[in-house]
Amino acid sequence: MDRRRFFASALGGAAALAAVRCSHTGPATTRDPRVTLVRDPAAVSAGQADPGRTGALLERLIREHFNSADPVAVFRSLFSPRDRVGIKINGLSGRRLSTHVELARAVADLLVQAGVPAQNILIWDRMNADLRSAGYTLRPWGEAVACAGCDALGYGGDLVVHRSIGSLFSRAVTDLCTAQINLPVLKDHGIVGVTLGMKNFFGAIHNPNKYHPDRGDPYVADLYSHPDIGGKVRLTIVDALEIQPEGGPPYQPRWCRDFGGLMASTDPVALDRLGWKLIEEQRFAEGLPTLAEAGREPTYIRTAAALGLGENDMSRIVFHEA
Amino acid sequence: MKHKFPRRDFLAASASACALAACPLRGWMRSARAVEALPEAEIHLHPALHWEKQPGRRVKCTLCPRECLVDDLERGYCGVRENRGGDYFTLVYGRPCTLHLDPVEKKPMFHFLPGTAIFSLATVGCNVNCKFCQNWQISQVRPEQEKSWDAPPEKIVELARQQQAPSLAHTYTEPVVFYEYAKEIGREAHKHNLKNVVISNGYIQEKPLLEWLPFLDAVKIDLKAFTERFYQDLVNGELQPVLDTLKRLVRAGMWTEIVYLVIPTHNDGEAEIREMSRWVAGELGPEVPVHFTRFHPQYMMKALPPTPVDTLTAARDLARAAGLHYVYVGNVPGHPGEHTYCPGCQTLLIRRSGFRVEFAGFSDGKCARCGRKIPGIWS
Repeated sequence: MDRRRFFASALGGAAALAAVRCSHTGPATTRDPRVTLVRDPAAVSAGQADPGRTGALLERLIREHFNSADPVAVFRSLFSPRDRVGIKINGLSGRRLSTHVELARAVADLLVQAGVPAQNILIWDRMNADLRSAGYTLRPWGEAVACAGCDALGYGGDLVVHRSIGSLFSRAVTDLCTAQINLPVLKDHGIVGVTLGMKNFFGAIHNPNKYHPDRGDPYVADLYSHPDIGGKVRLTIVDALEIQPEGGPPYQPRWCRDFGGLMASTDPVALDRLGWKLIEEQRFAEGLPTLAEAGREPTYIRTAAALGLGENDMSRIVFHEA
Repeated sequence: MKHKFPRRDFLAASASACALAACPLRGWMRSARAVEALPEAEIHLHPALHWEKQPGRRVKCTLCPRECLVDDLERGYCGVRENRGGDYFTLVYGRPCTLHLDPVEKKPMFHFLPGTAIFSLATVGCNVNCKFCQNWQISQVRPEQEKSWDAPPEKIVELARQQQAPSLAHTYTEPVVFYEYAKEIGREAHKHNLKNVVISNGYIQEKPLLEWLPFLDAVKIDLKAFTERFYQDLVNGELQPVLDTLKRLVRAGMWTEIVYLVIPTHNDGEAEIREMSRWVAGELGPEVPVHFTRFHPQYMMKALPPTPVDTLTAARDLARAAGLHYVYVGNVPGHPGEHTYCPGCQTLLIRRSGFRVEFAGFSDGKCARCGRKIPGIWS
């Protein structure tokens, strides 16, 4: 798409952003189907992220997506100093195919620059062991910047029954954090097709193993539609420094590639749909069948759109690659 | 009348078992030195049985009909079996999360050593997700989320013997998911002349089941409904594999009892009860006991009322009319459907109220009045 059209829609996005600030309840990211991808091939080499270039790439992503010269100002518009912000990473696949520490650190730095106290920031995932294996240093909640798994943070005592889901929710999404930045990775998933932004929150429940049947449909969408999950996500940034179009979710050297990208959106459905498209393009390039042909089309994305969580229609998603 | 146990001893043991029934071992442990010594268990890997390698470090679990395809570092639906680098492991071997001394009537098993205590254990995990699960806090969690004890099979049997329990039960959650552990406990129990019981949903494949049977003495199967729709909507499983398991158990001569939890509006229709009862009578035989138990609102089904007692009574009548000889009503203390009657002369054989048991016209596994042999394991 051309820049003029993108930025015209970005003005609409700015209005949506203002709405996000005013209303921090319920899924707040459904009105702005823009997705931005920025790439810097030198930001990563054999899976190892360059801290400086990753930070610069993040800032470029924020500038491009929000049409603003000042990433800190953007974050200031998204988060208040009173917020307690969770940074949900994906640490399931070790150092090579988890959310890069360098990216999570850069996001945390931006939050601090935007006025969020460092002790109000929590990098989290399902388990301490996952975080450790992905290269993160654990720090308990309250320290600056905290980093802990749900097994250490604990789960809410009450079962949450919401649509098809019946789970205990991590305290990271219930009482500890008022807002979330979601940092998934860009990879194939052997059961549900792709694992991107929405599915990343399977790490917030105590029983994710119960919600993989039927390619995660409708469970991924149902979980994300809960106010404590999607309702708290202010921004999703996909760590696409690596891309793995086959063999996921574990790291598979045969299929994992340096991609040098970051993607952002405030529309979780549009972002997952675009991520799926990128996976399909890589699969095509590798001579692999489509995910539908492989019997694992990620239909949960369509279901999420039907729930009003965002835009699934490619003709309406505004994609900007910078 | 001749009792297996002197009446005074029996009632004392029964009362003791009743008191312990409500007492989880975490509480009991404080006063039991042998169990106090159990250390808390870290998660460790133990090789799993019944799985196949797949391309790309993926495995296919063949323990239960679900046949989970599990990628590296992922777990099966049960949450307790994990792929590590293309090999499959159980995370709960030797790690019970709960240990109790229960009355055997609590299982419920009515034709298996009535009035005795049964040493009962579970690890976390289950291969289905019933929306009405009464133990979901342990069945629907992962090993990291529940404290567990370090208790290898030999230790479990030692504890059971210390408590003078004549039998062990694998129960509360789903023993199929801790198959490797339960099987080894069974092997060890038999060495010491203890009987071994499994309380299961019956959701297991044929091969692992047949390999398990030599270490078992009795099985209770939760037949949760008699429609595939119920299993699909409320259990997240399938009915047919459970029926197959029941047939295999009975054909193998395994003592088997069935529990059917009657849930208002979901599986309490007359036609369904009648069809199920006819199936049991025809496929398994009229001597397989069926327990219709009362539902209480739990887990994700808190909006329903408890099962009306009249519904349970009607279900019992339907099952008896279908030809079943031993049909019980459960979770309704004092209901006449708790008792065992001779199907030949209708003599009251075993009187029950809750977990209290009294032998009436019953002796040496026979009706004291007409001499009819009553099926079960009585000694």
